[in-house]
Amino acid sequence: MSVVVRLDRVERTFPGTPPVQALKESNLTIDENDYVAIVGASGSGKSTLLHLLGLLDRPTGGTYWLDGVDTATLDDNGRAGMRAERIGFVFQAFHLLGHRTAVENVMLAEIHRRGGSVDRRKRAEAALTRVGLGHRLNAYPTTLSGGERQRVAVARSLIGEPSLLLADEPTGNLDSKTSESILELFDSLHNSGLTLAVITHDDDVSERAQRRVRIHDGMLTPLGEGVVR
Amino acid sequence: MISIPKQSSPPQALAKPRPVFSVRDLLNEASAALTARPARTLLTALGTVLGVAALVATLGLAKTAGGQIVGRFNELEATRVEVKLDDGGFFGQQESRPNPLPFDAGDRLSYLNGVKVAGTKTPLELDGALARSVPVVDPLGQTEFQIPMVSASPGLFDAVRGSLETGRWFDDGHNERSDAVAVLGPAAAARLNINRVDAQPAIFVGEHTLAVVGILREVEREPDLLSAIIVPDGWARANLQLAAPAEVHIDVDVGAAQLIGSQAALALAPNSPELLRVAVPLSAGSVRRSVETDVNALFLVLGGISLLVGAIGIANVTLVSVLERTGEIGLRRALGATRRHIATQFMFESAVLGALAGLIGASLGVLVIVGVSANRQWTPILDEWIPLAAPFAGAIVGLIAGLYPALKAASIEPIAALRS
Repeated sequence: MSVVVRLDRVERTFPGTPPVQALKESNLTIDENDYVAIVGASGSGKSTLLHLLGLLDRPTGGTYWLDGVDTATLDDNGRAGMRAERIGFVFQAFHLLGHRTAVENVMLAEIHRRGGSVDRRKRAEAALTRVGLGHRLNAYPTTLSGGERQRVAVARSLIGEPSLLLADEPTGNLDSKTSESILELFDSLHNSGLTLAVITHDDDVSERAQRRVRIHDGMLTPLGEGVVR
Repeated sequence: MISIPKQSSPPQALAKPRPVFSVRDLLNEASAALTARPARTLLTALGTVLGVAALVATLGLAKTAGGQIVGRFNELEATRVEVKLDDGGFFGQQESRPNPLPFDAGDRLSYLNGVKVAGTKTPLELDGALARSVPVVDPLGQTEFQIPMVSASPGLFDAVRGSLETGRWFDDGHNERSDAVAVLGPAAAARLNINRVDAQPAIFVGEHTLAVVGILREVEREPDLLSAIIVPDGWARANLQLAAPAEVHIDVDVGAAQLIGSQAALALAPNSPELLRVAVPLSAGSVRRSVETDVNALFLVLGGISLLVGAIGIANVTLVSVLERTGEIGLRRALGATRRHIATQFMFESAVLGALAGLIGASLGVLVIVGVSANRQWTPILDEWIPLAAPFAGAIVGLIAGLYPALKAASIEPIAALRS
């Protein structure tokens, strides 16, 4: 089983007086088809970790391998390329474009990706069908419920067939019933082979994961049956 | 339950992936963004629309008006060519220049195709000699007048399009025989108290006696003839030692003025055409050009200013929409867009907006031209390249206007953008 994410003594310090060490030297390995929950209260450094994992930010120390690529060797464009090819994002606030239909929002992920124009609409429709929205392909986000919107966002993250799906508080804006359906969707995606990392403060969400990692004051510690290497 | 196809490409192939952004996607994104808020898009483009419309209308109306002026251009003036001795300007050596003009100018020019008739005209030096009609001394009234005297060839009458009150114009015979005959302009005739010529009344100019054979009613050109005593060239040569005519007046066919203008000097003085100055009416083209220049200068400046204001409008609104769309920019960056993609996208959007504005503006401009022309019953004229170039001009305005907002958009950090 190949390793998708390997953090080796990665740390992130924000400059200032005094400098803030948002993430202390941390090690984390996520294998293919892992389902990891990263649990932490607000201010614990979990957003920093998410940004590092999602290649939206650079660590100030240590090494981050994604799919065997040392991300420190990548320039800005290379990192953008990795985001397009390897990472799927799901945000708490969904981040859908209001003036585009569901299928157009999903297709958006393929605009900036090499080879993304091949069968784009067909694949977007397939991705929406996969998250259970095959009947609302041409609906606008404003006419969708919160759960449906998050499903569109999940479909958007899936269309590029990412190595890693990064979810940031995916149920933060949803009620408990809708949250449950999104979590079931994550379960099924995991069962079909996807690698997921979910960042949350919600125990109900983290309990669904294969293993849990707690982040507190910038320190990563394993929880439950999971092993942090 | 659902199978996920695995990435088939090996990781090393993606060690340095370069994301792409195809032109088709770029177009789709731009049109989607512009149609998302149609009212705002239109208002944003309004300044540029007006600027381009003003420019197109200005250029077209200037051309149309120019064509119109040429259309009404005086037929009388357009058929007139005049040849004089070139006086060499202010510092010319007028005295030392020989006068190559021949007395048979009319005959020589009549061989040119396009010449209707030509004649010579020469003011005569009388050294203060006075003219009188009868050798009577009248102590109560003035009977002697200083009246200008002009010698002419028989052809001049037709060349200036003269008409006679009474009598006749002198002919080649009078000219060749140096007959002492005169034709009076109506003003000269009135001063000399002559109104009938059937008895060929005599007038006295200095020591010379002349028989009046005709009185002019009107000339369409050279109105100074109306107050002059006109004698044949032949008489002036014989009695006043006139060496050469001073001016040659040519009546040409419509449209032949430029051609005759270029040939007359050579026909009159084959050995020294450079000594002659040929005055031709302004060509239709030069009249049109001068009108266009006058009209254009002012309105082109106005059009340029409104275009500038339009560009500022686009820049302003695009900048606002960049701030508004921070979330979208962050999302696109997370989805793999590079800074270059973001900048390209916003530049392209404002360029498309500018091109649309140019298109609409050109249409409005053409409408204005047609409207004004219909109202004035003019023939609308517009260079075809102007409406074709207008969208490109608009696109360039949009590109320039979009530059700063696009750079601003590209500088947005995805983390900051996604925090909302």
